Amino acid sequence: MSEPLLSVRNIVQEFESRGPGGVKEGVVHAVSDISFDLMPGETLGIVGETGSGKSTLARAVIQVDRPKSGSVVFRGEDLTGLSRKELKKVWSNFQMVYQDPFSSLNPRWRIEDVVAEPLDSHRSLSRQERRAKVRELLDLVGLDPDTYLRRRPMELSGGQAQRVAIARAIALDPAVIICDEAISSLDVLIQAQVINLFEKLRVELGLSYLFIAHDLATVKQVSDRVAVLYLGQLAEIAPSDRMYETPRHPYTRALLDSVPGLDPETGVAKRPITLPGDVPSPLDPPSGCRFRTRCPFAQEICAAVEPKLEPCSGGGFVACHFPLDDDGLPTNGHPEGAKAAMPA
Amino acid sequence: MSTTMTITPEPATSDGIGDKPVLRVRDLQVTFTRAGKRIRAAKGVSFNVRPGKMLAIIGESGSGKSVTVRALMGLLPPSAKVAGSADLDGQELVGLSDRKMRLVRGQEISMVFQDPARSLNPTMSVGAQIVESVRTHRTVGRKEAAERAIELLKLVRLPAPEKRFHQYPHQLSGGMRQRVMIAIALASDPKVLIADEATTALDVTTQAQIMELLVDLRERLGTAVIMISHDLGLAASYADEVLVMYAGQVVEQAETSELFANVRMPYTRALLEAIPQVSRPSHSALTVIGGHPPDPSQRIEGCPFRPRCVRATETCVTAPALLEHDAGHWYACWHPVTGDPREETES
Ligand SMILES: Nc1ncnc2c1ncn2[C@@H]1O[C@H](COP(=O)(O)OP(=O)(O)O)[C@@H](O)[C@H]1O
Ligand SMILES: Nc1ncnc2c1ncn2[C@@H]1O[C@H](COP(=O)(O)OP(=O)(O)O)[C@@H](O)[C@H]1O
Ligand code: SF4
Ligand code: SF4
Ligand SMILES: [Mg+2]
Ligand SMILES: [Mg+2]
Repeated sequence: MSEPLLSVRNIVQEFESRGPGGVKEGVVHAVSDISFDLMPGETLGIVGETGSGKSTLARAVIQVDRPKSGSVVFRGEDLTGLSRKELKKVWSNFQMVYQDPFSSLNPRWRIEDVVAEPLDSHRSLSRQERRAKVRELLDLVGLDPDTYLRRRPMELSGGQAQRVAIARAIALDPAVIICDEAISSLDVLIQAQVINLFEKLRVELGLSYLFIAHDLATVKQVSDRVAVLYLGQLAEIAPSDRMYETPRHPYTRALLDSVPGLDPETGVAKRPITLPGDVPSPLDPPSGCRFRTRCPFAQEICAAVEPKLEPCSGGGFVACHFPLDDDGLPTNGHPEGAKAAMPA
Repeated sequence: MSTTMTITPEPATSDGIGDKPVLRVRDLQVTFTRAGKRIRAAKGVSFNVRPGKMLAIIGESGSGKSVTVRALMGLLPPSAKVAGSADLDGQELVGLSDRKMRLVRGQEISMVFQDPARSLNPTMSVGAQIVESVRTHRTVGRKEAAERAIELLKLVRLPAPEKRFHQYPHQLSGGMRQRVMIAIALASDPKVLIADEATTALDVTTQAQIMELLVDLRERLGTAVIMISHDLGLAASYADEVLVMYAGQVVEQAETSELFANVRMPYTRALLEAIPQVSRPSHSALTVIGGHPPDPSQRIEGCPFRPRCVRATETCVTAPALLEHDAGHWYACWHPVTGDPREETES
């Protein structure tokens, strides 16, 4: 088996929270002890509700914000030990694509210069080489160079601007692209085009992705494996096909149940099953299992003991005392699972 | 007010139950003038909404969904010219004076928006804002208004309503703020409630909660609901009827189950094929179409979808009319998709 490209271990990130008037409110437990590997050429999807720590995790992985503890090993080198100067060199291997493409494109520059910016600071190219490279990049992301080279960001639609942002992101042949809600604000038809573009680049350039999104269907579409975050912790991480077919964590199951379904062949809709309640405050996460306040299967042990991430049947890892079986019933002697297992 | 109309759809209402539409919109036209250009944002939109039913308006951004409902609410800027007719329970809304519209708006027809944080006043407690809304519609005392506010918070199933009453918007989650917005919108028992992308900014779990609430209110209060969304799955799961808009026009319309079981418009089909499905295997390619919707300031010859349509022929240079081709199923297309959807992807 090949070596992971990226090994993330026990990342913890906390922020001091201040209320109105700058009064200290407490500590936000944004990311609590998260570990995962990313293999070469792999896409790892990261899902979770707003505030579950997805963006914080991404920023901690590439050390934009240094994590409080934990390690991030990229090609054998621990990034947490690097100085800012050393980090800058490593950063060309990681590129971020954000939700709002316009916010990352200088409105006064021409597209040619926008895309060439990373080249200018990392490579010394002649004018001709620079132009040729930009043309190649625009071509790769499906924008006609003759039409777009001289335009400015304001003259682009959201989908076109996102393509420009992607062209710039791949300019330095990165190893990993981190998409943080990169397609969330695009219209369905444009979204589908950009998803197909990400897939094409993955195959052609051998890219790895950390694909953050709150839309579970989109994440399934692009990911080999998916990590589910809840209140700063990993609830489940597993090959996507297995996870979407037979979720092991009650929260994964609830998330999937919340997605409105529509079968494109039959036109039959699947109305969501709602998960009641709200996510508790990250200032004071529940003891034991953080999902226990909303979990339909919670038992006493769930409040007392924090479940550890353990391998589960069918592949992947789950952090739950009573992981669900293929029929969606809790195991490990949970009263409801046991009841169902009893002969009638 | 008299209007000239070429087509007068009576969408999916002929089921004989006798539910008279509470809102009848006919040939609604909205035109903006900007920098000397005429922008035709809604080009003859017609639909009915019946009490206790939910109508979904779907389409890409810029297709004219918000402009259409804002015209009904009298919420468009003065630069907008509105024509056509919108009959709300006997009262014509198009051409109403600002003063009269203010009485109707919030009272008879009200609206919830995408961003509850921006619609709420950050410096006022949640309770005070609902009380204010109650008192603009009814002459009641403070105490009675406060009681009604708590009642409304219970109606939208906000947990711990007495406690929340005294809290400020920033102390609530996004989902709770949207519940408060719905409570405010319901303060006057409106006949029609419009939710414009009201769950778009919410997480999928919260979205399901809010949609469940809207469906429940529609049943319990008999309110007619218009939900605007770009999410076909959401519309399919909750709405009774669906109206698909493209380039300021209604291109397809039917009862929800009929529409999605027998999609006729190539545009609706394209939308349906482009949405990722949890049931599809990873890395499967999505069927996409190129191009983009037409510029609303340009005159369009023929079918507006023609430049992007795989089925387009010479015939499509003439605009197809929105007609009831199948019982209760309206669409505007010369070469509708038929039968087996798989046959379509080959062509
Ligand atoms: N710089 C910061 N200061 C204080 N709290 C923060 C900061 N960044 C993120 N948080 C908090 O950390 C938690 C996780 O946030 P985030 O990573 O943005 O979540 P997600 O991307 O999953 O929506 C949230 O509760 C958020 O409010
Ligand atoms: N105040 C305005 N002035 C000029 N054009 C406008 C105005 N409001 C909306 N439009 C135009 O009307 C069209 C329809 O917009 P809208 O109804 O907001 O679309 P949707 O809600 O379907 O995304 C768009 O082309 C938009 O640019
Ligand atoms: S550990 Fe307990 S509370 Fe947590 S998800 Fe599992 S069953 Fe539910
Ligand atoms: S009328 Fe013609 S161009 Fe328009 S949707 Fe139908 S087939 Fe396509
Ligand atoms: Mg985020
Ligand atoms: Mg809109």
